[in-house]
Amino acid sequence: MAETATKPRVGLFITCLVDFFRPSVGFAAVKLLEDAGCEVHVPEAQTCCGQPAYNSGDRADTKELARRTIALFEGFDYVVVPSGSCGGMLREHYPGLFADEPDWAHRAQHLAARTYELISFLHDVRGMRGVASRYEGTVTYHDSCSGLRELGVKQQPRALLSSVEGLKLVELPAAEVCCGFGGTFCVKYPEISDKMVSAKAVDIASTGADTVLAGDLGCLMNMAGKLKRQQIEAGGPDIRVRHVAEVLAGMTDEPPIAAAKTRDGA
Amino acid sequence: MTMQPTSRAFKANAHDALADAKLQRALGFFQFGQAGLAERRRQAVDRLPEFDVLRDRAKAIKDHTLAHLDWYLERFERNCTEAGGHVHWCRNAEEARQVVLDICRKLNARTATKGKSMIGEEIAINDYLAANGVEPIETDLGEYIVQIRHEMPSHIIAPAIHLTQHQVEASFRKTHTQLDPARQLEEPRQLLDEARGILRQKFLDADVGITGANFLIAETGTSVIVTNEGNGDLTQLLPKAHIVLASLEKVVPTLEDASTILRVLARSATGQDMSVYTTFSTGPRRAGDLDGPGEYHVILLDNGRSALLGTEFQDILRCIRCGACMNNCPVYASVGGHAYGWVYPGPMGSVLTPALIGVENAGHLPNASTFCGRCESVCPMKIPLPKMMRHFREQEYERKLSPRTVRAGLAVWAFLARHPVLYHFLAGKAAALLGRLGRRNGSFYGLPLAGGWTATREMPAPQGRTFQAMWRGRQAGKVR
Repeated sequence: MAETATKPRVGLFITCLVDFFRPSVGFAAVKLLEDAGCEVHVPEAQTCCGQPAYNSGDRADTKELARRTIALFEGFDYVVVPSGSCGGMLREHYPGLFADEPDWAHRAQHLAARTYELISFLHDVRGMRGVASRYEGTVTYHDSCSGLRELGVKQQPRALLSSVEGLKLVELPAAEVCCGFGGTFCVKYPEISDKMVSAKAVDIASTGADTVLAGDLGCLMNMAGKLKRQQIEAGGPDIRVRHVAEVLAGMTDEPPIAAAKTRDGA
Repeated sequence: MTMQPTSRAFKANAHDALADAKLQRALGFFQFGQAGLAERRRQAVDRLPEFDVLRDRAKAIKDHTLAHLDWYLERFERNCTEAGGHVHWCRNAEEARQVVLDICRKLNARTATKGKSMIGEEIAINDYLAANGVEPIETDLGEYIVQIRHEMPSHIIAPAIHLTQHQVEASFRKTHTQLDPARQLEEPRQLLDEARGILRQKFLDADVGITGANFLIAETGTSVIVTNEGNGDLTQLLPKAHIVLASLEKVVPTLEDASTILRVLARSATGQDMSVYTTFSTGPRRAGDLDGPGEYHVILLDNGRSALLGTEFQDILRCIRCGACMNNCPVYASVGGHAYGWVYPGPMGSVLTPALIGVENAGHLPNASTFCGRCESVCPMKIPLPKMMRHFREQEYERKLSPRTVRAGLAVWAFLARHPVLYHFLAGKAAALLGRLGRRNGSFYGLPLAGGWTATREMPAPQGRTFQAMWRGRQAGKVR
């Protein structure tokens, strides 16, 4: 009891994509948070931050989902999200939803002030400067838009990655240019989205890296899906795609995103 | 008649643009390379440590002006009139076109030279003048090129950016039939010299000169244009009358204010510290002046802008037309400016177009954005472009303009997201099914309802169990 009392209580907002597609990212986040001395909680009733509704103009459903999330995460010292996009939603967009409801605006601001994207939380709030993991490979890093521009995630993942034994980090040209995922955008405008991710794939291949990392599963699935299709159809390079948390936590037993079970890892 | 927008056909326009190899080659030169405008802007901003402070000051100037727009416009009118100019208040494109034509008719004008003006495009002045016996001649090189090709500008500061050099050469050969067919035209310089030679006589012959305005200065009644070619000066100084086409929000209070905004304008646009020519015009030629127009007219166009004041779209009126948002937009870089279907492309166009012609006529534009936020991050006037695009999506949703399938899908998803037990149950089932089906390959080549994605990309398979289910298992294990 005395020991846990000194540990910050962190509510992990798992995000719908990690929950559904890649739970291994969630467990990597839990490990990193525990390594950083946090007590991790995962409120069971959490679902989605509401971004699909928000960006489709459906304000009523957005507010409804925001209220649920705000209430669920009220008791924690921090709320941590393994995604700059969903983190940005909680931190930068929730308070603006309740301009005409002062009570909820206050609660939303209280949540926003305690909400962090995972890697920036580890680095900036918990002072983590290195990890004790190992990854053999040449890695390049894509800056996902919301994390970069809404939350200032830029140096933190690079700083922590540079401490991973065996890992060589090479910069991605145009790393700050959108990959074309954009949530519902990739469904509404698939041709433009494909053009953007194709440009991203060219840049990734130009680095000669065997692994591409980012902090958002949406972007990662988009890039992985394109790289793999190019590999199948045009003999493109075999590039592993992972969430940055998996590499930092040293949890790379699961195959990379979109890769077959037999390859890589265990 | 105003150019008929094709913004409703954005998707088809974009499809054609993506398949247009020449356009794609031109766009490839345009954007992300070392010579691209985005990179030149970045370097210019890096060279000026006070850029961000200037940006805040420029934004504050425009916000203040918009809050007192009526007062500054009337002040501009008074000072412009005192200097011998004429100010024409025009509610819409029809009124503006009529005023321009009336001035041309009064002077028996046969030709009108034109400096670059987006308001000219907005009111489709060229077609109107031509239909009424006045030949309009674009004198900005890019505008001249698109004019002889019967096209629209595809970018607000680089109108012919969608063309390759070879296309320009072909158009010159086709149009300038009076010149030697065997002449050399392979070098950009040769193209430039040819256009200059053709335009020189047009400048001298023109009866009326029409320009846009980057600023109107209230305290002096002055209009300001910036150009890199000097064509604006020849356009406005040589003819009998100079007509300035300006929308209401171009006004700033003082010369000092214009100077402040000029310091962010060219840097944001082309990475220059200043444009090559910055020209201030106050009234017509005075006694003793060596040159200058005999008449000076300013068209003050509203065309829907005053209706934006006090709304969530007011901030777009801060726009100074630098083009930085489109230079940094990955969607613009993919499809070019014509796909947007009207006068203003890129992120600022995705807000201004539905604001001026209605979201029902341009709904695709604010939707065709990933909200990557790069436009807002480079905007010298800090215009929250993604936020305003989202406001248009809200308007669409409220007015039930968004597609029924999208609305239905959202409703089902939102219902589930509000019912966590059901949500987690179904997510668990779906993850298990897709995880099993996708285990061997790790991804899907095709999936029902995901055709847009899987046409060109694999859909990664889920790992098979949801995090929530695994976490519950882990917690239960701990307790035991």
